[in-house]
Amino acid sequence: MITAVRKPLEEIMGFAAPYSRVLLLGCNECVTVCYAGGRKEVGILASALSMAFLKEGKKLDIVEQTLERQCDPEYVEEIAQTIDQYDAVFSMACGCGVQTVAGRYKDKPVFPMVNTMFMGASERQGVWAERCAGCGDCVLGRTGGVCPVARCSKRIFNGPCGGSTKGKCEIDPGVDCAWQLIWDRLKALGRTDLYSEIIPAKDWRSAKDGGPRRIVREDLLS
Amino acid sequence: MRAFEPIIVAFACEYCAYTAADMAGSLGMSYPPNVKIIRVPCTGKVDTLHLMRALQKGADGVLVAGCYLGDCHYKNGNLRAQQRVGYVSRLLDEIGIGGERVMMTFMSAGQGNVFAQVANEFTEKIRNLGPNPVKLGAGKAAA
Ligand code: SF4
Ligand code: SF4
Repeated sequence: MITAVRKPLEEIMGFAAPYSRVLLLGCNECVTVCYAGGRKEVGILASALSMAFLKEGKKLDIVEQTLERQCDPEYVEEIAQTIDQYDAVFSMACGCGVQTVAGRYKDKPVFPMVNTMFMGASERQGVWAERCAGCGDCVLGRTGGVCPVARCSKRIFNGPCGGSTKGKCEIDPGVDCAWQLIWDRLKALGRTDLYSEIIPAKDWRSAKDGGPRRIVREDLLS
Repeated sequence: MRAFEPIIVAFACEYCAYTAADMAGSLGMSYPPNVKIIRVPCTGKVDTLHLMRALQKGADGVLVAGCYLGDCHYKNGNLRAQQRVGYVSRLLDEIGIGGERVMMTFMSAGQGNVFAQVANEFTEKIRNLGPNPVKLGAGKAAA
């Protein structure tokens, strides 16, 4: 999932200053699962914001709504009839959702309520960790299902580096060395032969280095 | 000027604090009438959102009263409630209306005296803290 965390209230208050009526718009997908911008977080932020304003003797009208998915035009269309009632949209979706709303409603200011963090997985209740950096050319098949791009601090492809100590990364003893994990997993799988193969220098054009990316599926085009 | 009488909302677990409050009543122990009790099946059912809405709607203080840690009927509902109370407390500080307006407390079903004492002390604390600034601000915003 795409993970996010709420922005500090002070920053959000700054966005809100010029407006008197805003739509606080949640998203039912990733940001719901990571407790950053689902229906419940919309309610909590609405309460917090309204209290923060009232404390200053000001009033901010906040209307709460949560869409099925903010990164899909068909769901973003749902607010077309009502959007004129608001001075601005405060989106609790990830950056993809914020931009979809902003792209559709060009004359309406849209502000992000969360900082979008990374593509990750839940490690346990309340803890999420980065797992994939969307490099566009997945090597998990060679690395025992452990990603060297997202989980090795140096993103090296033929690790570990000299900083790997007792299974931990040199940046922090609380961080697992991805290459230790890779080695352990390959050994358990009986596939250390994959480790012996040198992985050639990666072509980063499939990643962010090639500019903004898009996927086009001819079979699905309308 | 009339002394400020705070409105306190108490979420009370029916396995302990709710029964304790009942007992306090039947034993004739007094606790302030300002404490509005909401009975819940477990404090684990009390969500961050419930605590926030109570304050947004004008409560001056919110109490969450559950069983002693380790005694939860549903294993760890009280622990979860305690974590949420901590979260809300930090959020209230961020808003600037005082993290101490929300408190978690623990007791057993037989401790009517503890309920009465906690209710009295918390009400007193909130009385000293003054009204929820949100209410004063709402007056100004409407003016
Ligand atoms: S906008 Fe899309 S990508 Fe972002 S949280 Fe919602 S579903 Fe996930
Ligand atoms: S190798 Fe690339 S695509 Fe595969 S998990 Fe890592 S970052 Fe994601």
